[in-house]
Amino acid sequence: MLTGGKGRLVALGAVVVGAAIALSGCASSDPLTTGDKTPAAGGTLVVGSQQYYSNEIVAEIYSQALEAGGYTVDRQFNIGQREVYLPEIKAGKIDVFPEYIGSLLQALDKNAAGGKPDAVHTALAAALPKDLRVLDMAAAADQNSWTVTKAFADKYHLTDIASLKNVTEPITVGGNSELETRPYGPTALKEKYGITTAGFKAVEDSGGPLTVKALVDNEIQLANIYTADPNIKSNHLVALADPDGLFFPDNIAPIVSKKVDSKAESILNKVDAKLSQDDLVSLNSESVNDKKSAAVIAKEWLAKVGIVK
Amino acid sequence: MNFFAEAIRWIFDPAHYGSYDGVDVRTLQHVLISLAVVAAAAVIAIPLGYLVGHTGRGRGVAVAFSGGIRALPTLGLLILIALGIGIGLEAPFIALVVLAIPSILAGAYSGFEAIDRHTIDAARAVGMTEWQVVGRVEIPLGLPLLIGGLRLAALQVIATATLADYVGGGGLGLYLFRGLKTNDYPQMLAGSIIVIALAIGSEIVFGILQRLVVPAGVVAGQSPQLRVKSSGFRATTG
Repeated sequence: MLTGGKGRLVALGAVVVGAAIALSGCASSDPLTTGDKTPAAGGTLVVGSQQYYSNEIVAEIYSQALEAGGYTVDRQFNIGQREVYLPEIKAGKIDVFPEYIGSLLQALDKNAAGGKPDAVHTALAAALPKDLRVLDMAAAADQNSWTVTKAFADKYHLTDIASLKNVTEPITVGGNSELETRPYGPTALKEKYGITTAGFKAVEDSGGPLTVKALVDNEIQLANIYTADPNIKSNHLVALADPDGLFFPDNIAPIVSKKVDSKAESILNKVDAKLSQDDLVSLNSESVNDKKSAAVIAKEWLAKVGIVK
Repeated sequence: MNFFAEAIRWIFDPAHYGSYDGVDVRTLQHVLISLAVVAAAAVIAIPLGYLVGHTGRGRGVAVAFSGGIRALPTLGLLILIALGIGIGLEAPFIALVVLAIPSILAGAYSGFEAIDRHTIDAARAVGMTEWQVVGRVEIPLGLPLLIGGLRLAALQVIATATLADYVGGGGLGLYLFRGLKTNDYPQMLAGSIIVIALAIGSEIVFGILQRLVVPAGVVAGQSPQLRVKSSGFRATTG
């Protein structure tokens, strides 16, 4: 929260400076994003990220790739959750933001239909406000999933979400408290698949270590864990397959403002073309298990795929 | 103001009663958690505080210790414990007891220390044993400060017990977490209002308790006025 607050303070400062410049008569086209003094060769781009370590790594990758392309990057990382940063993007205060296409689409349009990644990507492009664009998506996705332990899956022969019907013991669901009211929550399990859950335990760490521990300890049997979480592999968990598209596909794609020109666009597209699902899981693992900083992880990956030498 | 009205409506909406996340169930859980925590912390801190206050030994340690654990962030401690013992009520319970101990401990020993040394010397002079000094002089005279400590601890615990539901421990925290994450501010405010109501309720109960359990003579000749005066003095000179 502290860093989030600071980010906002900086943003506020940028607004104040921008307003001052506008008032003094040397206004540029968009006073909200001109907190900088001297425009560099490629211009300054503000890159934002969620308050989520994995999102920050992707934002850092975008930033370093853009910097290598001659742009000056102003990093505004850790800006809370979607409810907090989306208005900032809409206001044009952030130029590049790594997003998850399905979740963003649902946030913009509550009645959006799901479907395959391509369909969601197209729908998202149409749903965005006119000053914003979504660039190419990566193969990597970090989406919600219903996850169980491997032992539990083996015991009841679980493969996909519908197969939870085989379970004969009471299933306690665990996750952030808002999971209960989400369109894919326990109510959807009941209505769509006739799966009755026995109760809900709030574990407010977004599928983090506490949720994983609760699952492994069998305090809960079903949890919402993001599919790119390295804990799934290291704790022998199974994310149940979702053939019916209960969860929207959440491939990563940057949301960009008008300040992102065609050169910056091609840099970002090149990054996303290289970012595979395995890459994302291993990037996350380097953060969670090896405790490396986002900057280091991003630099190593960019060198590995040959975008930045 | 609009939010406030919506929050009040939220609290009294019949749809928010009866189930496991109902206002009635959660409020009861919150009260029970808080009571149990303060009771457990009192069992630990009062004897310890009395020992320190009566013997005068280990005061420096007690002050440093209670100051130190006061600085522990409860949420951090809660997560640390939960990572060890798992989710449920146990981890928040322990974390909240740790939160409540310093106030009660300070109330217990400072209650003894605030007693005029001459009073205790007089008690010994008339032939009281050490146990009688503790039981008949120090405990009754120290009660106002002890109750003050308990009152403070209860207030902190009621407010902080909202963290219990971070790891599925129940209580009113549910409305805060759920409201925050889903932008449902009336729900969040409703949760806060109930917590505030409980805190005010606890203050009233302790206010009454203070009058009931403290002997009239002790209340009349109590030190609060002295303490206020001396701290005011310090503030103006320092």
